[in-house]
Amino acid sequence: MTDATTSSAASSSARAAILSRLRAAGGGGPLPPLDVTVLERRQWPARERMERLRKGMEAVHTEFLEATPGNWTAVARAFCDREGLKNLLYGPGSEAGARLAADWAADRGAGQGAGGTQLMPYDRPVEAFKDELFNGVDAGFTGTVGGVAETGGLLLMPDAAEPRLMSLVPPIHLALLRASTIQDSFWSAVKALGWGRRLPPNALMISGPSKTADIEQTLAYGVHGPKRLIVILVDDLELA
Amino acid sequence: MHAELEVHFRDSAAKALLDPQLRANFRRAMDGLMAKRKAQFPDPADLQDLRDLSTAIRSRSLLNLPDLLEQFEANCTKNGIRVHWAETCEEANELILGILQSKGAKTLVKGKSMVSEEMHLNAFLEQHGIEALESDLGEYIIQLDGETPSHIIMPAIHKNKDQIARQFSQKIKDAKYTEDVDELTAMARKVLRQKFLDADAGLSGVNFAVAETGTLCLVENEGNGRMSTHVPPLHIAVMGLEKVVARLEDVAPLYAILTRSATGQAVSTYFNLITGPRGTGEKDGPQDVHLVILDNGRSRIYADPQLRATLRCIRCGACMNHCPVYTRVGGHAYEAVYPGPIGKILTPQMEGVGVRHDLIHGSSLCGACGEVCPVEIPIPEILVRLRREATHTDAGSQVAGKGTGRTRTEDWAWRLWAGLLKRPRLYRLAAWFATRFGKALPAGAPLIQNWTRTRTKPVPARRSLQERMRSEAQSGGTRHD
Amino acid sequence: MNGSKPKKVYFYGTCLVDLFFPDAGMAGIQLLRAAGVEVVFPQGQTCCGQPAYNCGYWEEARDVARTQVALFPEDLPVILPSGSCAGMMKVHYPELFHGQPDEAQVRAFSGRVYELTQFLVQVLGVKLTDLGEPVKVTWHSSCHAVRDLGLKGEPQSLIGQLANVELAPLARTHECCGFGGTFSVRQPEISGAMSCDKAADAEATGASVLLSTDGGCLMNVNGTLEAKGSALKVQHIAEFLWERTHAR
Ligand code: SF4
Repeated sequence: MTDATTSSAASSSARAAILSRLRAAGGGGPLPPLDVTVLERRQWPARERMERLRKGMEAVHTEFLEATPGNWTAVARAFCDREGLKNLLYGPGSEAGARLAADWAADRGAGQGAGGTQLMPYDRPVEAFKDELFNGVDAGFTGTVGGVAETGGLLLMPDAAEPRLMSLVPPIHLALLRASTIQDSFWSAVKALGWGRRLPPNALMISGPSKTADIEQTLAYGVHGPKRLIVILVDDLELA
Repeated sequence: MHAELEVHFRDSAAKALLDPQLRANFRRAMDGLMAKRKAQFPDPADLQDLRDLSTAIRSRSLLNLPDLLEQFEANCTKNGIRVHWAETCEEANELILGILQSKGAKTLVKGKSMVSEEMHLNAFLEQHGIEALESDLGEYIIQLDGETPSHIIMPAIHKNKDQIARQFSQKIKDAKYTEDVDELTAMARKVLRQKFLDADAGLSGVNFAVAETGTLCLVENEGNGRMSTHVPPLHIAVMGLEKVVARLEDVAPLYAILTRSATGQAVSTYFNLITGPRGTGEKDGPQDVHLVILDNGRSRIYADPQLRATLRCIRCGACMNHCPVYTRVGGHAYEAVYPGPIGKILTPQMEGVGVRHDLIHGSSLCGACGEVCPVEIPIPEILVRLRREATHTDAGSQVAGKGTGRTRTEDWAWRLWAGLLKRPRLYRLAAWFATRFGKALPAGAPLIQNWTRTRTKPVPARRSLQERMRSEAQSGGTRHD
Repeated sequence: MNGSKPKKVYFYGTCLVDLFFPDAGMAGIQLLRAAGVEVVFPQGQTCCGQPAYNCGYWEEARDVARTQVALFPEDLPVILPSGSCAGMMKVHYPELFHGQPDEAQVRAFSGRVYELTQFLVQVLGVKLTDLGEPVKVTWHSSCHAVRDLGLKGEPQSLIGQLANVELAPLARTHECCGFGGTFSVRQPEISGAMSCDKAADAEATGASVLLSTDGGCLMNVNGTLEAKGSALKVQHIAEFLWERTHAR
């Protein structure tokens, strides 16, 4: 039987032994130089970045909805209605979430979409509605903090306003991406977003819906996470 | 020191070779993976630049390893990740059991982790009444059959659709027989989502550990890694001590070359950066994150300047995808956690070069592995070095089990060989006999017998090249023979 | 060698060519002579030492290697009709002699080593004229020739100069034939499986001859083809080139 106290004593003696062996082995020596020109070469103009991202992500079954800064909430809403989604999980505390809810309410006020997709706020700890989250939610909506042109990919920083599981548990993930935030590569994104200096408890890149090729190398989508990833791509390049 | 089990790669490989289904499964899979990787690297110069950079990053990480580990640990701790250290697999297992028990956890869902395979964690937890369920689809498939992974990236690659279909229909409750991959996947999804929901804890491996930020990086396509690390209240990560790199910036090229080399993907579906448990105000994510850093022989490998390159490995599996031996015998024939070329150099260093002697000789030294390795590990050279270590006891060597693979017969054989070949007159005499009577050697003679299983016996020419050149010289340099 | 083409070279036969493929050795010498190069063939040649080196018996390998290096004292290129042995002498000798008193000497020797086709193309820049009948051949690239020594298509470029020769691509051309020296007898089952696959791929090309730079691969593939009763023949590249370009 082990308990946490004895294991931590064992751990610290293991730590000391391991580190002293590593030190005794003698690291040091001249460090080989890092030539990053191969990474710097990966650069494209803004519009090409947008096209590349889209191509890369479409190749792995991501779907795109074209939108403008003015109409993206309507585009999101039209999608939900078209797909007959029962509900859409969103983060009321995030900027994008708040805007979505406001426009949604305004539309409803204007008499549109009664009975359509319900907005469902993620406003309490997951423990309070884990079952419902897993079994009763059709789609989740999140913003992004950027995109990656080279390979295609969305960058997300889940937080209190936009929790981690929104982009993972519901079968459809709807993500808002502003074209002006698309970086050349993951490498340049890390630098641009300052991720090397400070990272929140969770940050991630998503390039498509969940997939597997574990059965005979045959691709199958939606193995654990979302079966569909829908990017609402807001073309704000002229404005930027 | 270890269970000194003599393992016969030759025998298990021979058995595997007799299974046409297995051979077809691997051949098809490896051909596909090689083609996909190739398509990702259209420009050889660009690939070489990326390999050079990746190699340099991994080499620097190793040069600074103790410092980076301490920096990493300090940053993890600051972020609220509890860091534990284990010298052996037994210690690591005990640590994890202790953590689980302190939280009263009874069920554990696992993302893919080769280190946990190295530890045989599932069996250990099972013995202590904790259910450990693999959630990567491939791992789930093999766990259903009580098998081990046959590939480090694609654990169920040895199975085909029909085999999986049969297995699911027998082992999953209420499952009907289907060979439709989407339907099979949907069945697993249904079972596993419930498990994620119910699990008391989740376990994951670590692809890269970032020292400057105290971050665990996880590369995956399925989302089971995210499920295992974000849904249960407790997340335990395990990693080999070599996984640390200095900066997140350094991870970018390693990640880029990892997915391309492994499965021929430009990018994985998810690249997940975990830098702490659920933060203030966060509504989900685990309340506790623990990390176990495992040595298990790595610090000894580290001590040798040449063998240290083994630790550059980023576990992409490209070496096995391109290995002509692996392609034919599959992963299980190696009877080791890590199969293929990387396994051939890693396993003997962990378990002892003597006991895994036939593993280090199970290679034609064709060099395909070293050629594709994204971090340029000279696998063939390391194999030759380990063959040396297995049969010699050089001063200063710290290799596990050095000299224990030595046999009198082999010693004598090489002594005879050298005795003959360093004496040209003797060689000339032997050559004369070989060219005159070589034909008469029975095809069933030892060694020749091994050759003639699948081939005709080679017959020496009637006159050797040297003989012909001698007569040419004597007859004044005429040009015909 | 100061830019101009060398007038004189050493030829190192290698043990396999000496005993099993002497015609290939002779042809290699003739090709060099035809290109206007004087060929010195020192007697006393045995083996480059690769088998012992690969098995970890480095003292034994060094003993043999020393006697071989001593046969080539003059500052002349050393030409081998084998990519594998050339790779051993060029790339692995410096490793084998690392820290030995004669390391510098051995390194200087290694610097002079060439595989035959490499030398014909890179140094001599030979131009070949095909005198033979139309024929379809296929090419087996030896692993050591490509990965150790770094051959970059020199043999194929020589074949390409022959007007009547069609080069049929071999599937999985970079996959090992299964020879691997001691591997072929230490792991006969795996080696045999690899050899059979290689033979099948070679037969599927529809070529009548399979060519290679290396005696080991040739012996292996030939033995396998013969055991199957295949009509496909194997030949060393040197012998093939000499036969195609010089009427008897
Ligand atoms: S040794 Fe190289 S090729 Fe093999 S798994 Fe490791 S990194 Fe990949």
